[in-house]
Amino acid sequence: MTPADSDGDPTAEGGHDAVPATGVETGAGAGKRRSWPLYEVFVRGRRGLNHVHVGSLHAADAEMALHNARDLYTRRNEGVSIWVVLADDITASSPAEKDPFFAPAGDKVYRHPTFYVIPEEVPHL
Amino acid sequence: MSTADLEQGFAATISADQRIEPRDWMPEAYRRTLIRQIAQHAHSEIIGMQPEGNWILRAPSLRRKAILIAKVQDEAGHGLYLYAAAETLGVDREALTEKLIESRQKYSSIFNYPTLSFADIGVIGWLVDGAAICNQVPLCRCSYGPYARAMIRICKEESFHQRQGFELLLAMVNGSDAQREMVQESTNRWWWPTVMMFGPPDDDSPNTAQSMEWGIKRHTNDELRQRFVDMAVPQAAALGVSLPDPELVWNEERKAHDYGDPDWEEFKAVVAGAGPTNAQRVARRRRAHENGAWVREAAQAYADKQAARAAGRKDCEVAA
Ligand SMILES: [Fe+2]
Ligand SMILES: [Fe+2]
Repeated sequence: MTPADSDGDPTAEGGHDAVPATGVETGAGAGKRRSWPLYEVFVRGRRGLNHVHVGSLHAADAEMALHNARDLYTRRNEGVSIWVVLADDITASSPAEKDPFFAPAGDKVYRHPTFYVIPEEVPHL
Repeated sequence: MSTADLEQGFAATISADQRIEPRDWMPEAYRRTLIRQIAQHAHSEIIGMQPEGNWILRAPSLRRKAILIAKVQDEAGHGLYLYAAAETLGVDREALTEKLIESRQKYSSIFNYPTLSFADIGVIGWLVDGAAICNQVPLCRCSYGPYARAMIRICKEESFHQRQGFELLLAMVNGSDAQREMVQESTNRWWWPTVMMFGPPDDDSPNTAQSMEWGIKRHTNDELRQRFVDMAVPQAAALGVSLPDPELVWNEERKAHDYGDPDWEEFKAVVAGAGPTNAQRVARRRRAHENGAWVREAAQAYADKQAARAAGRKDCEVAA
């Protein structure tokens, strides 16, 4: 057993207070229940910027997801536009395969401007 | 890849001070520790709405009411950021809520003390959110990416929480004698529970070492407590209130304040469920969850109906 599993002594982790976190049930692997689906939320901070992933939330449908995203992620004018995407609809590369997956970019140093040696006295390059 | 390879990759990421992301392999104990910690943190934000929500209807002015509503709404938001972070580890938010209302998971014991006067709203912002900030700022560099990112959002909002509390207290100490007394009385009640928020002393905190090794925790309980005390002393002086600790004194050698020991017996009792409001907090959270069931079901039924209609329209278009 690791120390984290060995007892129920209080810890202060979590930023708010000391309560016993050890030995407490986690519910991990309990299986999904039929609750509102998960949406990933992307916010455009202001005109000229890309939408950036800010977090996720549950909602019954996309419209509710947009409203909830506004209340949750833009309470202080953090955005001018929001995208919500069903988390299940996202196809992702797996970090475990990151080396082969991103290998095509790895050996193409000539895609970077620093690859090219230019005499210092040449301006505007 | 063998488990040894995976473990080595994990350790290398941690030691390079890189973040672990949801789809990375991680040791089961790391995952479980994070789920417990993040769930406990999320529950604390959600339960933490109750002591302050208690004063929304009785706030003395529209300005104070609007501020208090905004603060309580932020705490709801903090809870949701954190439940979302916990879900990336493979737990269900609904399941975590059920564990909270069945008292199988806990929350911060600071929220098991009642708010008896409006000065408590100021003191909670000043001391309780102040202590939370001390704890939470290092968590912005936590090794688990989604937790660290949630903490960055939260920390940005916490500074409003602390400042509105302090400003409220400034207004009160510049008011009548009765108001000054309220602030002092409230400070006396909240000081020790706040000092206890950082958890037991280091020599009685067996999990700290592992959490620090994993990069989940960056400082020990006593280091954070010291930081908090040193910050609170000049703030108390600015308010003209005293802190109820006769042993509190500046130590020139350590360049830090010495302070007394909190009543750790009381702390253990509150954690075990004997605090003044434990039962009420959980009962209210349960009631809110159960009373909301029909709303969740109705929204789902509406979404299903809309989806069915949209599917029906598509069929018609195809037929036409
Ligand atoms: Fe919070
Ligand atoms: Fe707060």
